[in-house]
Amino acid sequence: MNTIRGAEAVMKSLVAEKVDTIFGYPGGAIMPIYDALYDFKDEVRHILVRHEQGAIHAAQGFARTSGKVGVCFATSGPGATNLITGLADAMIDSTPVVCITGQVASHLLGTDAFQETDVIGISMPVTKWNIQVTRAEDIADAIAKAFYIAASGRPGPVLIDITKDAQFGMVDFQYTPCQSIRSYRPHPVMNDTQIQEAVALLNSAQKPYLLVGQGIVLAEAQAELKAFVEKSGIPVASTLLGLGALPVDHPQYVGYLGMHGNYAPNILTNECDVLLAIGMRFDDRVTGDVNRYAKQAKVIHIDIDAAELNKIIPATVAIHADAKDALSALTQQIEENSHGKWLQQFKELRQVEEQEVIQEAVHPTSEALKMAEVVQLLSDKTNGDAIVVTDVGQHQMIASRYYEYKGYRNNITSGGLGTMGFALPAAIGAKLGNPSKTVVAIIGDGGFQMTIQELGTILQAKVDVKILILNNNFLGMVRQWQQLFFDRRDSFTEIVNPDFVQIAKGYAIEATKITEREALSGALDAFLNSKEAYLLEVVVEQEDNVFPMIETGASVADIRLN
Amino acid sequence: MVQVYNISIFTENHIGILNRITIIFTRRHMNIESITASESELKGIYRYTIVVKTTESQVKKVVGQIERQVDVLKAFYHDDSQVVYQEIALYKIPTDTFMNGGSETIVRAHSARILSMEVGFTIIEKTGQPEELQKLFDELEPFGVLEFVRSGRVAISKPMKTLESYLAEM
Repeated sequence: MNTIRGAEAVMKSLVAEKVDTIFGYPGGAIMPIYDALYDFKDEVRHILVRHEQGAIHAAQGFARTSGKVGVCFATSGPGATNLITGLADAMIDSTPVVCITGQVASHLLGTDAFQETDVIGISMPVTKWNIQVTRAEDIADAIAKAFYIAASGRPGPVLIDITKDAQFGMVDFQYTPCQSIRSYRPHPVMNDTQIQEAVALLNSAQKPYLLVGQGIVLAEAQAELKAFVEKSGIPVASTLLGLGALPVDHPQYVGYLGMHGNYAPNILTNECDVLLAIGMRFDDRVTGDVNRYAKQAKVIHIDIDAAELNKIIPATVAIHADAKDALSALTQQIEENSHGKWLQQFKELRQVEEQEVIQEAVHPTSEALKMAEVVQLLSDKTNGDAIVVTDVGQHQMIASRYYEYKGYRNNITSGGLGTMGFALPAAIGAKLGNPSKTVVAIIGDGGFQMTIQELGTILQAKVDVKILILNNNFLGMVRQWQQLFFDRRDSFTEIVNPDFVQIAKGYAIEATKITEREALSGALDAFLNSKEAYLLEVVVEQEDNVFPMIETGASVADIRLN
Repeated sequence: MVQVYNISIFTENHIGILNRITIIFTRRHMNIESITASESELKGIYRYTIVVKTTESQVKKVVGQIERQVDVLKAFYHDDSQVVYQEIALYKIPTDTFMNGGSETIVRAHSARILSMEVGFTIIEKTGQPEELQKLFDELEPFGVLEFVRSGRVAISKPMKTLESYLAEM
């Protein structure tokens, strides 16, 4: 038998799961694991972050671009609690992450020991599964289950809390990957009768409409989606996290859904006769008022998570299935069609949006630069193929509207939780998970300062991340709401910023600031052509608003153009 | 329509699973009327009976979110007409009033049992539905009830499918 310490068992288990990158921060209760990590330096790359929130967002970015499970280490107490925002983000955005936290020795549990916190209790609502391990012999099984649970079914974050005595304890190590858990059924058995019902509805529909979400990407069903879309002729719209599931330049792609989405896909939601939703969960930012959402339509909802079916929008046919399986089955049975007239309706409304919103946004008559023209030019220069990591707020909505996502897993953002501070660390993870791609983090001046310390990680780990700060000196989205709904009372949304260029230079990151339109193209070229990390600050119009917009409580059909 | 629902949950015997379940009610601001837990007919599988007052649309979503938990094998909900349910209550009364005051007749009339009789106090047990347990309490009260405790509800559904058959399907 192979008797080793629990801490070494952690490392060997991770290696058995083919983990090659860990984001983490050491501390007292996880020191035995860090000591074991020292012997695995050649097999496993450890990225020392500057704050544990940075570790988990980086692990998320890594997971989202690579399709692998992201891994992070943190110590007990504050180290563990600093992970919570990221866990919540990964939970709501279905990102597979395994967090390993150190814990005080088991005889101290519950005694308010130094750096003791009930991380199991705290993380329970924001993890798919979590477990505390107090014996070295339980480590391998816990890790095996963790990876299986995190990656299977609807993915999500898992936390393993390992007491210090379990890390020091001796164990006869043996690793068996987990392949099933009695109480957990991640692979739904698709009901063929329901598929036939769905096909019958779709074949007889005059105005069928397909909404896709991140479930397509998570199921790696892009090819199946394209085949289905092209055979059926159905127009396709995407949620925020579904952007790129179908390339944005596909002729049947009609736009982005929701509060700041495109005009046609929102309005025509209330005109379709059959609404097919795959791998999306009818978030309130997508539906607006649910009582006035697609009431005229028969709804077919396909999701891998049964709890999402009939949760928000009642479905005529609710199919509990993996998106890839369902799309393959639908494509086999669907009749070929083109729906040209119906697609034309989307195009006509697109023209309205072009004239009323897009034209001015990307070719502004204003003196100040606008976010949309910056994103549009970035999109052109990267051919829609860069990995774009966005933070939260106006710039995020602008990026989602104007970046033409054509790449595979190239849209990384904090959707469900809306976590400011997500983009910078997530971009670090995204680059490490997909090193051959250009990774651009588009961040507002507010969100940048929430995790600005991760510039240190970029410096130390030499991560080639392009940081594009769209600086309007405001917490812009809140300011927009104050203008529209709170009588322009700009309560604490104006922000006094430091000199971002000087800060970047302090971290040995090349940086430029531009304020003029003439400088934009050249500055973006230098930014994109740089061989290492680069920060480009673009000063944009201070009080710009994102339109179109569905106001809170309004129907998707009441989307405003200005 | 708001009414009483009996939620039955079958889980693995893991630390923290009760917390994972109750969080789902807390998030929806839903009060738990009663909760009981014990090992089921299958060794190692625990059975929870949770009683809530809510609408069917809410209880359906809650049960879906409970069943989604990794360590939950199966969860069901039933209204009162679909289950047989009972609670148990214990009543502690002074022995002298019990002997002298006629409360013995009351205990017999309610088909309650005497569990223990000591010099100072007597403990009565009754199993039944909440109204029956309350009725006995009300009648004993004039004689002085030193302590009264009532359990949560345990419920078994009338439909015949067994947990084992669900497990076999998994």
